[in-house]
Amino acid sequence: MTELRKVVIDDLEIEVEPEFTLLQACEQAGVEIPRFCYHERLSIAGNCRMCLVEVVGGPPKPTASCAFQVKDLRPGRDGSPPRVSTNSPMVRKAREGVMEFLLINHPLDCPICDQGGECDLQDQAMAYGVDFSRYREPKRAVEDLDLGPLVETHMTRCISCTRCVRFTTEVAGVEQMGQTGRGEDAEITSYLNSTLDSNLQGNIIDLCPVGALTSKPYAFTARPWELRKTETIDAMDALGSNIRVDAKGSSIMRILPRNHDGVNEEWISDKTRFVWDGLRSRRLDRPYVRKGGKLQAATWDDALGAAAKALARGNSAAAIAGDLAPVEAMYALKRLMEGCGGKVECRVDGARLPAGNRSAYVGNARIEDVGRAGRIVLVGCNPRVEAPVFNARIRAAWLAGAEIVAVGQTADLTYECRHAGTGRDSLTALAQETFERPDADRTMVVVGQGALRGADGEAVLSLAMRIAGQGLGMLVLHSAASRVGGMDIGFNCDGGIDAALEGADTVYNLGADELDIPEGPFVIYQGSHGDRGAKRADVILPGAAYTEEHGTFVNTEGRPQLAAQAAFPPGESKSNWAIVRALSSAMGNPLPFNTIGQLQREIAEHHPVVASLDEIADCEWRPLPEGKLLKGEFPPIIENFYQTNPIARASAIMAELAASSDRPKQVAAE
Amino acid sequence: MQRRLHPEQPDGFEFSPSNLAWAKSQIAKYPAGRQASAIIPLLWRAQEQEGWLTRAAIERVSSMLGMSPMRGLEVATFYFMFRLSPPGSVAHVQVCGTTTCMICGAEDLVEVCRRRIAPAPHQVSEDGKFSWEEVECLGACANAPMAQIGKDYYEDLTPEIFEGILDRFAAGEVPRPGPQNGRYASEPKSGLTSLESLDGEAPAASPSVALALEMGDTVALVGNAEGRG
Repeated sequence: MTELRKVVIDDLEIEVEPEFTLLQACEQAGVEIPRFCYHERLSIAGNCRMCLVEVVGGPPKPTASCAFQVKDLRPGRDGSPPRVSTNSPMVRKAREGVMEFLLINHPLDCPICDQGGECDLQDQAMAYGVDFSRYREPKRAVEDLDLGPLVETHMTRCISCTRCVRFTTEVAGVEQMGQTGRGEDAEITSYLNSTLDSNLQGNIIDLCPVGALTSKPYAFTARPWELRKTETIDAMDALGSNIRVDAKGSSIMRILPRNHDGVNEEWISDKTRFVWDGLRSRRLDRPYVRKGGKLQAATWDDALGAAAKALARGNSAAAIAGDLAPVEAMYALKRLMEGCGGKVECRVDGARLPAGNRSAYVGNARIEDVGRAGRIVLVGCNPRVEAPVFNARIRAAWLAGAEIVAVGQTADLTYECRHAGTGRDSLTALAQETFERPDADRTMVVVGQGALRGADGEAVLSLAMRIAGQGLGMLVLHSAASRVGGMDIGFNCDGGIDAALEGADTVYNLGADELDIPEGPFVIYQGSHGDRGAKRADVILPGAAYTEEHGTFVNTEGRPQLAAQAAFPPGESKSNWAIVRALSSAMGNPLPFNTIGQLQREIAEHHPVVASLDEIADCEWRPLPEGKLLKGEFPPIIENFYQTNPIARASAIMAELAASSDRPKQVAAE
Repeated sequence: MQRRLHPEQPDGFEFSPSNLAWAKSQIAKYPAGRQASAIIPLLWRAQEQEGWLTRAAIERVSSMLGMSPMRGLEVATFYFMFRLSPPGSVAHVQVCGTTTCMICGAEDLVEVCRRRIAPAPHQVSEDGKFSWEEVECLGACANAPMAQIGKDYYEDLTPEIFEGILDRFAAGEVPRPGPQNGRYASEPKSGLTSLESLDGEAPAASPSVALALEMGDTVALVGNAEGRG
């Protein structure tokens, strides 16, 4: 590490790294610098000029603090540390001048602007704006854009900070946006008005410091100050992105990202952000019981009674857990099944995750390790659709010089990737090549579920572990938010899903909708949406969705995180763990917990790895025994990114996106 | 002025063989991974070949340099020297409108353009032969007012002389470029005040005028005259 430099910010002397910009140094000194174009996670543009400061003794003009490094400051003549002033009359006048320029063309339409109340320009105009305008000419007029069904544009409000351009280019990896023209006629556009082709595009709504880019689905529905904000965890993919759910009354109005350096930085995918309308439609809001071949509405007592009878009567029962089930519900269900001698299984997609070996079903690498890798090997996964935010991290590593090698289906991953082949023989060849490379120790392996679904899943995983063993490690990229939690609490049985369902005469389906349950067994479906699982059910127990109950989700790197309740479950539906607890009472053998706190304490006692929130438990690296690989390709596991779970399938926005992503890409005619 | 691509676009663009070779030599000037630096010379050559920058040309050049078409469009719309609409078939007239020329009567020349060619810049005249625009300083202030037509400067203009030049272009002739008031170059009109010993020894035409007369073509675009440039 290089030597720290002393610098005096206002009157406070601090020591900072020489590579810091003045803006970062000021933040370290506790001085907030107004800014529009600067963003920590994007490249520096230096074009808004709002962050001007005065370098005392430096050039007699204000300096853009976001684009000036501490090491370029000169000390005073007597060797005293350089001084930076952030509140001198010069600075204040300069910022007021910049603000006046910005407001020349910015419309005064705050009352009808969705950004109102959370607008950087509004806030900073309170500090640096003047209460009159010297400008008498007509304001700039620009053509509006159509960026697609997610991002609404009001380009008259644009202050040309270029954050959206930098985000889409650098992070999302689509070079569609840019700034054309110059001077007063400079405008932010997408190439010939094409719609954005990225599943991270929603993030430009958050990045836009003004109301130029706002959310189309959320347009004109709520003001930020009337929303109840709940910090929780996303369940749309296995990444466990940190989100904030904003609700008005009982409805969820929007979902925003929260910063978590280790998981999602501050981005979320479009499915995470816009799935909320799926939480309102096709909900199961009351219990149903099948009578005479038809599902009929029932009371909780009837439904629980029917379910209890089926479980008690049956000789063999099986419980399966879908992609969105929190750990608490799965644990309660496992206890219930233990009581009646049934099997449990969470690997509903057939992936051969080895039970009990956390180093194999989670891996030993963390999401953050991607940034340190010199070579990333993707085995049977397409991170762009399986975990778009994770894909952005891989792209960042690629931009920093990492080599990406993929075995599996070809796909546009937004970065250059050496495609080593589609199947198992290519993986064998790649493994051999990796062992011989001098940089094998900087290799990280990402294994997707597509690679593990074959009968030789464990052998593939074993080979991946051998490649990873010499390097930075392996990360198993899961596709379901519930999976790692389910494996952690032992919600599995020998032989996987086929063995669990074979011969079962009662199946308890906890929200597994991506699975066809064969004809024959009596099916108890517990879930939130009237999707495929509910159609096959004989009893439906309506449960809460991931935003409506407290629950633990363990993400793909093994990090347990607590999701919080942002709204109440609709109608008569209840928390998932409570339904299982109520059913155990109906069966005459109540489970020993009455509150979620008691339940979580019991889980913590038996499965401490899921109890230490936001910490990844160290686990012993236990390579699997070598197995024989079969022949064949690794299949893709996601057909359509926007339709992967019951909530997304209920969402009109997701349906629109799915339809447009199926269409061949078109560029506007002119 | 908002700069947009022209509504009518040709289907494709390819550099002519010699221009392609030239473009590759330009790209080779830059180290690996920095090919994008060649964007301006390549766009310029594409414009000289076609007379204007087409969408297909922007996309072709961008792809040659490994850039997204958006990045190419940004450059093409930023610089006014890139023409985004087709010029007149005979000549595109660029009237200098900056201070010296304006004081010496550039506004009258613009008026001639409006009347003779088209009411608005970048519009093609009714006969399809001419288009015009007002440009920033062309650096011939001592010979103001002036206009650049094709590759040559027509200097010391008056509205009448200017219109006469346009007439001759329309008739398929090649008017003599350079000062139009009898000067050799930018010496005083009233006679030399320095280097007086050279008085009367000047050749009939300055080198650039002589070259234009020799070639007999002042509006040729580089890319169309293979081998030039």
